[in-house]
Amino acid sequence: MTTPDTLVPFAEAMERYEPVIGLETHVELGTRTKMFCGCGTAFGAEPNSQVCPVCLGLPGSLPVVNRNAIEYAIRIGLALNCSIAPWGRFARKNYFYPDMPKNFQISQYDEPLCVDGWLEVLVETGHGEHRTVRVGIERVHLEEDTGKSLHVGGATGRIHGADYSLVDYNRAGIPLVEIVTKTIEGTGADAPVVARTYVTELRDLIRSLGVSDVRMEEGSLRCDVNTSLSPRGSGVWGTRTETKNVNSLRSVERAVQFEIERQAAVLDGGGRIVQETRHFHEDTGTTTAGRSKEEAQDYRYFPEPDLVPIAPSADWVEQIRAALPEAPAARRARLQAEWALSEADMTALRNADALDLVAETVAAGASPADARKWWLGELARRANEAATGLDELAITPADVARVAALVATGALNDKLARQVIDGVLAGEGAPDEVVAARGLAVVSDDGALTAAVDEAIAANPDVAARIREGKVNAAGVLVGAVMKATRGQADAARVRELILARLS
Amino acid sequence: MELTHMTAAELSAALTAGQVSATEVTQAHLDRIAAVDERVHAFLHVAADSALAQAADVDERRRTGAPLGPLAGVPVAVKDVFATAGLPTTCGSRILDGWRPPYDATITQRLKGAGAIILGKTNMDEFAMGSSTENSAFGPSHNPWDLTKIPGGSSGGSAAAVAAYEAPLSIGTDTGGSIRQPAAVCGIVGTKPTYGGSSRYGVVAFASSLDTPGPFGRTVLDTALLHEAISGYDPMDSTSIDAPVPPVLAAARQADVSGMRIGVVTELGGEGYQPGVLSRFAEAVELLESLGAKVTEVSCPHFKYALPAYYLIAPSECSSNLARFDAMRYGLRVGDDGTRDAEEVMALTRAQGFGAEVKRRIILGAYALSSGYYDAYYGKAQQVRTLIIRDFDAAFSQVDVLVSPATPTTAFGIGERADDPMAMYLADLCTIPSDLAGNAAISVPCGLAPEDGLPVGLQVMAPALADDRLYRVAAAAEAALVGQWGQPLLAGAKGLSS
Repeated sequence: MTTPDTLVPFAEAMERYEPVIGLETHVELGTRTKMFCGCGTAFGAEPNSQVCPVCLGLPGSLPVVNRNAIEYAIRIGLALNCSIAPWGRFARKNYFYPDMPKNFQISQYDEPLCVDGWLEVLVETGHGEHRTVRVGIERVHLEEDTGKSLHVGGATGRIHGADYSLVDYNRAGIPLVEIVTKTIEGTGADAPVVARTYVTELRDLIRSLGVSDVRMEEGSLRCDVNTSLSPRGSGVWGTRTETKNVNSLRSVERAVQFEIERQAAVLDGGGRIVQETRHFHEDTGTTTAGRSKEEAQDYRYFPEPDLVPIAPSADWVEQIRAALPEAPAARRARLQAEWALSEADMTALRNADALDLVAETVAAGASPADARKWWLGELARRANEAATGLDELAITPADVARVAALVATGALNDKLARQVIDGVLAGEGAPDEVVAARGLAVVSDDGALTAAVDEAIAANPDVAARIREGKVNAAGVLVGAVMKATRGQADAARVRELILARLS
Repeated sequence: MELTHMTAAELSAALTAGQVSATEVTQAHLDRIAAVDERVHAFLHVAADSALAQAADVDERRRTGAPLGPLAGVPVAVKDVFATAGLPTTCGSRILDGWRPPYDATITQRLKGAGAIILGKTNMDEFAMGSSTENSAFGPSHNPWDLTKIPGGSSGGSAAAVAAYEAPLSIGTDTGGSIRQPAAVCGIVGTKPTYGGSSRYGVVAFASSLDTPGPFGRTVLDTALLHEAISGYDPMDSTSIDAPVPPVLAAARQADVSGMRIGVVTELGGEGYQPGVLSRFAEAVELLESLGAKVTEVSCPHFKYALPAYYLIAPSECSSNLARFDAMRYGLRVGDDGTRDAEEVMALTRAQGFGAEVKRRIILGAYALSSGYYDAYYGKAQQVRTLIIRDFDAAFSQVDVLVSPATPTTAFGIGERADDPMAMYLADLCTIPSDLAGNAAISVPCGLAPEDGLPVGLQVMAPALADDRLYRVAAAAEAALVGQWGQPLLAGAKGLSS
């Protein structure tokens, strides 16, 4: 019985058990060519169009290591504070599967490229509280990806029950790094959040290194989550399960939480946890049993005889280290100070995936406040309406900075600015082009405004009388009338001045 | 003189001088194949059309003065383990039935680039596992000295083709002796170059850390010609050595051993060796001494563990290398009738597609690599390999080359050892150490064993990247011996005369 009928509520599970977690993350590297051949790596290409004798594993073909992939992996290792091995061999991991052309995967086994590092993550523990958790990194190693199977005709999309299967080898041989954490203990009820925050931080770090586009939805970042429970105070580690198919940041958190609740129920019921692979289901937020250890395979690892050992020189490693960009955490701390933001403000920016966009908008000349206002306000709303990411909107940080500048100089007001954004998003061109084409400039020319002001006064004699009596707040009604008459293009501040001057 | 009985060097000279066309040379060899290969069975596939097309191209280039490679118009036979675009490549196995590679091995390309005419693909033990060609799924080849005898293996087809005058040159691969042993028992010359000196790209892998492509010829000079044409750095092979090709051709022409220090390996001789092999070998050593070499005896104490270490390392690598033959992408597919899943089709295909020896080695290798046994088998064998390398290092600090018999016996009868794998494995006793160490070695004919009248090979071994030393010694021995015999040894081969 691996899935009990009822789960133990999370808070209750936490009273009796201490969770221990670990994460294995696969990242597809964004090298131009594959790990061991010259084939391209573009995502979404026609099936089996990016293949050659090497990545198809044709008899006689041989792998040659892509130096860029080694450099990218070292970049990741250094950014994760790892030591870089001065010498190491690839290894063959032997198992049969139709999407693996050679029926072995070239990987690294006991001689990984990067070992023993750490990544600090700032975990939101609820109620705006944060704490820093240092996640140990066991190893970072390089391997090749497999092809992709498409099982046709079954109800589940799995191989079982399918009529036939199609294999696309475009992905076969794309370089992957596997990043394995040490066991993460002592995080208690924060364990699910720690897991999610770690993957988030790792994703941001890797993106900052320019070595991968780390898109979970395209599978360029994939995560396996190990979870076990230790009865509180026992000092005994529980048996762990490995949950696969965890394909979003939110799923990472949910998978850990579900496993904790499930394992607590099994243990409470006097059962034992089976060491097994479990599959996460996005729709239900649950896991189900996969391969158990009893059926686990012997991969017969041995050093890959077709490849000479990799031996990155100390000089090369230091060159790579010197060229590393600022780490995201350090950058966030710097920006937070420069922009004078609270921790909560920063968290909001990160959660909205807006940090880079805001930073680029500031770099393009906008004030931090304006940049945040537009991205978290109007643009977040547009992205939400279009069900897309902020970074996928058809507007650049430079455009946003230009809109903000036009507002700051009074050339646009907020309402007009929103119309400019409409135009940019609709592909009508850069902000200045939209302004020109749509004739959206604020009218602040007194000559043009005076007539409208006089008309408004004439049309609202009661209001005019009240203003003359000193009730200047009433001017808002006349301003509104002028704005309406000018279809929002008047400079409202100037209109108000003109009205007050007329009626004083 | 008959075109088929000319050496590659002679053919090249005649072609260059315009005395004969590439088409005539190629046709003469195709005719010879048609006349004798029914009895020799050196070829699995004769590529008559493409060979004649290549020959016509060479003739056309010569007529128009276009640049020509060093082997322009010289025919060569290629072991069926090299990928040849558009030509069948079976590795002597049913499992590659119908496969025509979409690409050329680097060596295939270099042969074409040199202007050599590819006559066809030669027979071999399945996936190069064997010492007799009896493990070919397509039946054995026959030794041109005596058609009831094996031609050696695994490159037996390539050796037999050259010995039967079906080709002046051929290409093989040596993993445990698969070039030198067939060369020895067929009375021709065969070289295993330094590992990494000749590209493995496009050579269907048996044991990746050992497989070494190399040349066969009827003379030392011809063998050097081919050695030079196929060698050199290949960026497509990670284990290829980025260094200049040793000056093998100059060394073959130099043919001089005066002042060279030659070590006789104590451990490669004595009990278990055929007396006629030992006597011919001893005479060859004396001859080299008489030519000015300084001969000493050198002990390589770990060579006695070479055979068992080899039979762990090679099967381990092959168990992984041969995993790709799974019916999914190419070759044989058995049982795909709509009722079976992929795993069953893979299993049925491998059960029917592989022969007994291949299965034996896959099982041996899978066992040696499995968790819990790795250290005791594969790991230990690698340690032995290191000790053998050290034996060579120590020996080469005292002498320039080592010598031994190439094989413990002359050619044995077809069927004689077929049911006794251990006896079969012993055929490679003398050749395996050089494979494990990755250095260079050659076999050159040194006479006929008195008791059976079959050829004996002298093996010369040199340090890695000192392949030229092999040719100095072999060419000196050849010149002196042919002088004694009054004709090349092969002129006495009578297997095809009846």
